[in-house]
Amino acid sequence: MPDNINAIEVLNLTKRFGNFVSVDDISFSVVRGSIFGFLGANGAGKSTTIKMLTGLLNPTSGDAVVAGYSIKKNPEKVKSSIGYMSQKFSLYNDLTVKENITFFGRVYGLDEKSLQRRMLDAVKIAHLEGNEDRLTGSLPGGIKQRLALATAVLHNPGIVFLDEPTSGVDPIARRGFWDLIHELSDKGITIFVTTHYLEEAEYCHNIILLDAGKIIAQGSPKSLKADYLKFPILSIETDNLISAMQVLGADLNVKDISVFGNAVHLITSMKENNESYFSELLQSNSVLVRHIKSVEPTLEDVFIYLLEHKN
Amino acid sequence: MKESLNRVKIIVVKEFRHLFRDVRMLAVLTFFPVFLLLMFGYAVNFDVDKVPIGVYDNDKSELSRDLRSALTASGYFYESVQINSDEEIFAVINSNKAKCVIVLHENFSKDYYRGGEASLQYIINGTDGNSAGIIQNYLTSFTAGYSNRLRSEMLEANGLTEYIPVDFRPIFWYNPELKSTKFLIPGLMAMILIMICVITVALSIVREKERGTIEQLDVSPVLSYELLIGKTIPYILLSFLSGIFILLAGFVLFSVEVKGSYTLLFISTILFISASTSLGIFVSVISDTQQVAFSIATFASMLPAVLLSGFIFPLESTPAAVQVLSFITPAKYYIITLRAIILRGAGISAFWEQLLLLIAYTSLFLILADLVTKRKAMKQ
Ligand SMILES: Nc1ncnc2c1ncn2[C@@H]1O[C@H](COP(=O)(O)OP(=O)(O)O)[C@@H](O)[C@H]1O
Ligand SMILES: [Mg+2]
Repeated sequence: MPDNINAIEVLNLTKRFGNFVSVDDISFSVVRGSIFGFLGANGAGKSTTIKMLTGLLNPTSGDAVVAGYSIKKNPEKVKSSIGYMSQKFSLYNDLTVKENITFFGRVYGLDEKSLQRRMLDAVKIAHLEGNEDRLTGSLPGGIKQRLALATAVLHNPGIVFLDEPTSGVDPIARRGFWDLIHELSDKGITIFVTTHYLEEAEYCHNIILLDAGKIIAQGSPKSLKADYLKFPILSIETDNLISAMQVLGADLNVKDISVFGNAVHLITSMKENNESYFSELLQSNSVLVRHIKSVEPTLEDVFIYLLEHKN
Repeated sequence: MKESLNRVKIIVVKEFRHLFRDVRMLAVLTFFPVFLLLMFGYAVNFDVDKVPIGVYDNDKSELSRDLRSALTASGYFYESVQINSDEEIFAVINSNKAKCVIVLHENFSKDYYRGGEASLQYIINGTDGNSAGIIQNYLTSFTAGYSNRLRSEMLEANGLTEYIPVDFRPIFWYNPELKSTKFLIPGLMAMILIMICVITVALSIVREKERGTIEQLDVSPVLSYELLIGKTIPYILLSFLSGIFILLAGFVLFSVEVKGSYTLLFISTILFISASTSLGIFVSVISDTQQVAFSIATFASMLPAVLLSGFIFPLESTPAAVQVLSFITPAKYYIITLRAIILRGAGISAFWEQLLLLIAYTSLFLILADLVTKRKAMKQ
């Protein structure tokens, strides 16, 4: 691998299916050893991008250099330098844990000694000590995903691509999975991970927000918050969300409102005394305010703001 | 090269694991051939054997008893019911207690001894035209033979020797007892092999597409031809076992022996399995789900193998259009070859064209599969 600070460099990458543009002229780079988050709703173009970067799909135009090789000229070289965990579960349900690990380890040409060593690592990563002979299909979802990740890095790749690894996994297991991603990153592996859970962006070093094939924001979580949200945010709980939205939407001091669970998040241009101002405004329009407080902007606030104001 | 072989081996091992863990599939693969063999061997028997015959004997003489015992001695008929009136004949035929009835009138032996012409009557149920025809043929030749015997006995008793101007004695070659089972074994073998190959190969490849595991193999060092070879070897071995099993069963149950060379049998079976496997690979390329693959594979393998191969319906007696269509199934070439080897013990000169056709078939479908794959990749 050439000496380059970037593990991945993408230039004007585009993918069309017929007339439909799935990935629209995107360019970015990923610093070696970092955790790079690729965020977007379903259909945004995340999997299509990952398939191009892993050499599985030919780009319509543009190119990318992954682990030092062009995905256009050298897709086979790219494939052998990376690990990949596809969006569908990528192990065999009817094989045992051990058989799956053995199969993929041998396919990647590991000798028996390193296979045994990597097997121990993988089983440990997946929390499956003592359960090596269980059928993979019978494992809980979170454990399956850990095992799939452990299997994807059996051959010690410098970069791993994870396509929605936490989708359909319960929140606690999701948290644990992100801890695992950080452990791998600490060992120097570059991680490119997609997700449609916006809150998971906080766990990444750098992120891109993708919408309809286009990049609408990129940077570190901190810089994104600083760049896009210069205004205070209030979280308001009321007994009537709809009336509250109507009243607030008509007020000139409100830049943006969105619903967050059972509360309204409001971005305001008013820097001082905004809590009492909005509290009174709602009361005078006979909307009961249960709770009102200033909140730290989250990335979710940023993304929702961006997605609503992308034009 | 060594690494490539090694990867094929790894895939073969994995594929066997899938196979042994899939109890349902294993059961189908084992019992399906047994079921077909028994069904075609016994149930769907085109032979006329042990036909129930009703007897309406008004003569009750020594001669009529002799004729009846000669008829049943052949083993093809047995007396299922005695009839005592004309009305009963209808009842017996309608209730299927007898497939045919022999009527001997009261003057049967009197007419004979008087030197006149003794006549008798057969009534055959024509509902099943196929068997009725065979029963009729048999009864006709039985009666002619019996009559000849009586005549020579009579001539001998009078000190005369017999003179027969044209002696008609049909001899059937290759399948002298005219057993349809013997004729069916090669067809059955072709049908079972082609189904196992096409269906299991197509399913095992499409399963990886459907589950998404193929993407994982796509990014791995495994090359696509290594994957194909590794995934098909277990099913090719399985088909081979099945073929041996059918031959053994054919020998034990129906005493069908292989007259010709086992080497030729082996070579032609390899070629046929290759042709079937390439059809299976082609089916896997054009289908995205196991359900679609199963339907297409069953349709593409079984239907032509049964209808167009000459397995059950002799091709010579089908319309010209069907004869042309019959080229689409490799079973046709294999059945011709098998019949030549197993029934006639013929050498390669009798069927080398069929082997060439099998090779052409294999190449054609592999090329087609490759073209479709490339076109799909272009579209993406
Ligand atoms: N092979 C394909 N043919 C046609 N359209 C496709 C194909 N693959 C993906 N798409 C379309 O491209 C868009 C992006 O898909 P995808 O990359 O899978 O999104 P994501 O992974 O972000 O959910 C979707 O609208 C999808 O329908
Ligand atoms: Mg996706």
